[in-house]
Amino acid sequence: MRSLASLGTAACLALLALAALAPPARALTPAQATAIASGDNDSRIAALNAAVASGDARAAVLAQALLDGAVKVRGDDVYLVGADGRVVDAASGAAVTVPDDADDATSNNRMRGALEAALAGARLVSSDVAVRRAAIAELAKSPLDESQLALVEKALAAETDGALRSGLERMRATILVTSSDRTKRLAAVAELARSSRSAVAGLLQERLGDGGESDAEVRAALQQALGAVRGRLAWGERLAVFFTGISLGSVLLLVALGLAITYGLMGVINMAHGELMMIGAYTTYVVQNVFRSVWPGAFDAYVIAAIPAAFLVSAAVGALLERGVIRFLYGRPLETLLATWGISLVLQQAVRSIFGAQNVAVENPSWLSGGVEVMSNVVLPFNRIAIIAFAAIVLAAVAVLIARTRFGLFVRGVTQNRRMASCVGVDTRKVDLLAFSFGAGIAGLGGVALSQIGNVGPDLGQGYIVDSFLVVVVGGVGQLAGTVAAGLGLGVLNKLLEGVAGAVLAKIAVLVLIVVFIQKKPSGLFALKGRSAEA
Amino acid sequence: MSAVLPLPAGAPRGPFLGGMRGRVGVTVALAVVAVVVPVANLLVPAGSVFHLSDYAVQLVGKIMCYAICALAMDLIWGYTGILSLGHGVFFALGGYAMGMYLMRQIGADGQYRLPMPDFMVFLNWKEFPWHWALSDSFVAQMALVVLAPGLLAFVFGYFAFRSRIKGVYFSIITQAMTYATMLLFFRNETGFGGNNGFTDFKRILGVPIATPTMRMLLFVVTGCTLIAFFLLARAIVESKLGRILMAIRDAESRVMFTGYDPLRYKLAIWTLSAVMCGIAGALYVPQVGIINPSEMTPAASIEIAIWTAVGGRATLVGPIVGAFFVNGAKSWFTQALPEAWLYVLGAMFIAVTLFLPQGIVGLVRGSDGVLARLLRATRREAGSAR
Repeated sequence: MRSLASLGTAACLALLALAALAPPARALTPAQATAIASGDNDSRIAALNAAVASGDARAAVLAQALLDGAVKVRGDDVYLVGADGRVVDAASGAAVTVPDDADDATSNNRMRGALEAALAGARLVSSDVAVRRAAIAELAKSPLDESQLALVEKALAAETDGALRSGLERMRATILVTSSDRTKRLAAVAELARSSRSAVAGLLQERLGDGGESDAEVRAALQQALGAVRGRLAWGERLAVFFTGISLGSVLLLVALGLAITYGLMGVINMAHGELMMIGAYTTYVVQNVFRSVWPGAFDAYVIAAIPAAFLVSAAVGALLERGVIRFLYGRPLETLLATWGISLVLQQAVRSIFGAQNVAVENPSWLSGGVEVMSNVVLPFNRIAIIAFAAIVLAAVAVLIARTRFGLFVRGVTQNRRMASCVGVDTRKVDLLAFSFGAGIAGLGGVALSQIGNVGPDLGQGYIVDSFLVVVVGGVGQLAGTVAAGLGLGVLNKLLEGVAGAVLAKIAVLVLIVVFIQKKPSGLFALKGRSAEA
Repeated sequence: MSAVLPLPAGAPRGPFLGGMRGRVGVTVALAVVAVVVPVANLLVPAGSVFHLSDYAVQLVGKIMCYAICALAMDLIWGYTGILSLGHGVFFALGGYAMGMYLMRQIGADGQYRLPMPDFMVFLNWKEFPWHWALSDSFVAQMALVVLAPGLLAFVFGYFAFRSRIKGVYFSIITQAMTYATMLLFFRNETGFGGNNGFTDFKRILGVPIATPTMRMLLFVVTGCTLIAFFLLARAIVESKLGRILMAIRDAESRVMFTGYDPLRYKLAIWTLSAVMCGIAGALYVPQVGIINPSEMTPAASIEIAIWTAVGGRATLVGPIVGAFFVNGAKSWFTQALPEAWLYVLGAMFIAVTLFLPQGIVGLVRGSDGVLARLLRATRREAGSAR
């Protein structure tokens, strides 16, 4: 608390310094200071708002000191006690000694609210854009009334930033919508109709209710404004659903891309794919801890370092699996399924033995926390945006690697005709090994992404394995394009249905749709045609 | 896709109950289940070496239910080549049908002293959802034990087999079905008791369920059901139906070209297999005293496959041996070395697929089985000693 109070005082001192640069402000009179610090709430608040609206910097210092409980009153004299024990006169700022019989000035919750609003109001005219933005956000949360109108008008006159202007205009309209002047109300409603905030919709709704607006023309305008705001909000919600759908789709895509290589191209059904992702996520966790203890200054960069680390670790585990188990089972998919399920159990238990059965904490770096507010009801989190971008990059890399490189050519060749590829000199066993560990490495990359949006625990992979196999099945074997379309499509479809029917029914509906879909297109969205379809 | 599995040794076996050896085996099994175990548990005093503890009876009873599942899995996977990852659902459906009947038998003796089951009182429900409308009647619920898994399997199988989904595709789709059903049963508002499922049973057919006699009765019924299903499975395998199933497993296209419609055969065995699992589930619940959605996890379904694989696919004794072996190991490990169990289970999955495609039974039986090799070795030694 102490440090918070001193921080507040420091902020006010900074404000004081800024105010000193501004045109000479009217000084706070001792009578005003007394009126603010003592008396009944109504008169205190009125005095406070009047003093702050006049742009007096000493009034802001006094308000902050009152919030900090650092004000003493004796008769008409008001004293501010600094964090270091020095005492100044509230009005003049001159150093004084406080008499022994001075009382602490106290403020109840209502008074504190008014003080905070007043402080925010004072900050509205700060020269620092960030301070002004924070002040507007804070003020918008408190109940506004006409006593703050002068303040808002003053800030609006000085404001140059477009977004902040609209915020202030909305605030002014919020105040004026209850004005006694009918034309002002109409103007305010017209202003509010341009908004896309749920709070504004609430306000308009309230004005339309009992004890709200009585004038017929204003009511009609309110009704129209409410419709406009709601319409915009609905679009926001649709946008949000679409975004979460794309976001889920991109996660599925990352998960399924690895599968598209191991299962789609090589025909190896790998039930331990989820566990390879889990290994990627745990690698991220380890990298995070290393950064925290060795280079705490560069902590924000740990995710970048985790990407190659997770790829390599998962690819190495994948290579071990291929050499140790999977190569003996090529061409026997059901056996591969069971053996890799066994591997997944072993890997899960191994992680439990090493890291414990509890989830481990992976922190977002600062540049991935928070989000952009597109509309008041649509906030796009940075980590989700980053994952969409990451999925796109990985997809592009995989596509280029498979379609344009020698390695990709070999993989495709071995997939289409193993014996012929072998005859022309391709080392098919090496290609198998490389392709499988490449797919495993992609799974590790998926793990890095998942560690940024969800829990990291031993059963992280289990939740995604069913979905990701469905993506590959729907997309069709041997196709990257199919995997992409199916991943994004299933993600969006799932979220759309979730909005209508709830999460569980949506899952079931998606499953039923997939079964129906496979009736029509047994080999997926993008079926291979011609000879390779028979392979 | 050609399977690596050989035909079971001596497939065209003719005489009733598989000849002399078969008849002796079945009689011994029946005697053990219906006479030896009850006597050893109920009549032999607790101090005696021949006494069988209640714990052992419960464990064996439970594993016999699992063995029925493994046998059902063997029919569809070992003999027909279709790997189901959804048999846990059928098992649980049978279990839930029985469980709801047992919930109704609690009557007003629950925590809330009300005629509705506790979980419904908790949700403030006044009447039963449609699927539990007849749950008060034992006959209706026993019909449900058969019908619920049977219908689900029939509808699901019809659409899947009709569009020729096979191999791993089918396995994945059944796993997705398992996953979706599990989510459904986890919900409170679907009327399956949510997370906790059904438990705290008191009576069955008005008789207290926790008495030694009742427990033994359930054990005997389970044992006899297992033997009956074993005989049924053998009858199927040795019939023409069985031959066609194996032909579908080994070369489905050729079966089609010779004029058979695989859909019917697959659908028949798939539905029967599901019903067997449902009955196993119904026998399992009163013995274990609880049914909850954890029986429906994809992992539970895939474990059924490993019982069959460990014991030996495409043999009839194999799945039963496998169920006892794996679950015996599980109950030993989870007590002695709980940390190690998943390693062991995982290793079983890997080892069986890599080194023991015919399971334990294949190890013992057949010309290159351990038993045969041992026999040959001893004979050779006997010959050289002479």
